[in-house]
Amino acid sequence: MSNQINFELVSPEARLVSQAVHLAEIPGEEGMFGVMAGHCALVSLLKCGVVKLHKTKDGEEQRIFITGGFADVTGESCTVLAEEAIDVKDLNVESLEQYLKDLNEDLDLASESADKKRIKNRIEITKAKITAVTGR
Amino acid sequence: MPSLRDYRDRIKSVKSTRKITSAMKMVAASKLRRAQEQAEASQPYAQSMAKMLTRLASNATGASSSKLLSGTGADQRVLMIVVTADRGLCGGFNANVVKEARTNARNILAQGKELSIVCVGRKGYDLLNREFRANVVKNFKDAFGKKRVEYAQANAIAEFVLDRFDANEFDVCQLVYSEFKSVLVQSPRNQQLIPLDVSAVKDEKADAEGVNLTYEFEPADEEVILNKLLPRNLGVQIYSAMLDSAAGEQAARMTAMDNATRNAGEMINDLTLQYNRARQAYITKELIEIISGAEAL
Repeated sequence: MSNQINFELVSPEARLVSQAVHLAEIPGEEGMFGVMAGHCALVSLLKCGVVKLHKTKDGEEQRIFITGGFADVTGESCTVLAEEAIDVKDLNVESLEQYLKDLNEDLDLASESADKKRIKNRIEITKAKITAVTGR
Repeated sequence: MPSLRDYRDRIKSVKSTRKITSAMKMVAASKLRRAQEQAEASQPYAQSMAKMLTRLASNATGASSSKLLSGTGADQRVLMIVVTADRGLCGGFNANVVKEARTNARNILAQGKELSIVCVGRKGYDLLNREFRANVVKNFKDAFGKKRVEYAQANAIAEFVLDRFDANEFDVCQLVYSEFKSVLVQSPRNQQLIPLDVSAVKDEKADAEGVNLTYEFEPADEEVILNKLLPRNLGVQIYSAMLDSAAGEQAARMTAMDNATRNAGEMINDLTLQYNRARQAYITKELIEIISGAEAL
């Protein structure tokens, strides 16, 4: 259909989503933006957040969490490159919070600045995951 | 002359060797299929990234500020990443990669440049450490997971390299790995990662649709995106080299084990022939002894 756009979500290990959608909401570095068919050509940095896919105009939305990446949009297709992507339905708040606690403990133990940076980065991602599930 | 028993024992041992090699061949065949599937699955990401890089690079105005693209302006210090397998018994697979790496390393040293080597996979480390002990700075052994190559591992290697680059420890980064051409052919390849040669990426994407479109960038400065994209691209390049290497290793092992199985079969035939001859000779000898014993009476 002409009012749909081909949406692809790929991670380095696999092509995760490839389908036609009516609207894709994407967490850009400078704010969320929506992509529909005929969108102008755009390359954007993405931040950690939730990609929302609407198959039809008022159909159900599919929510996928990504840990940042890039989006490549042309009039007919929209490709999102993400390092890591997971369906929000598959996220479990309790285990995430536990993980966050562990990470905070690791942070106290870590001595090297490179390690600290890495752990802090992971903490940010985990926090973002929790907000993705709880706070709509 | 070996006795009948010696022949029997040898045949038995060659038979059990053949069992092992043919089992290894089948295991390698199924692992090869998995490795190929994985390599295929990683294609879309690598392609999209190459496409995006081309777009950015063709839009970037003037000299790029990123050192990953333009280099440090020198080429005196070289970092070479060598991707090999963790295990042996795969024919000349590891030896070929190491040979390429060794020639390259000697060239670099002969030109009076500084060289450091990062090994991925245990075999390369074992073989290179002998000659270039002073140059090997890091060894990622067991880089290949038991079942599949993890992107996280490739990323860790990329991070290590980038940290070194940011600390200004080298100017040029090369990647030596075995390119998977087909099940029968894997050839060593030397690829330059830093500074990145965009035209090499571009060639593959000659068919990229919409090259002529004017793109908007968000953030508006292409350089910002490029600076994020280039380190990622390094990880992706290393990842695809590892996938190629993993598939090549299994293919090489499959071929090697196929040959070994066939050789063992031939050896068994030869030994069986010799065994039968020896047996007949033995019988004849006994008969002669009996007959001549009877005649003497």
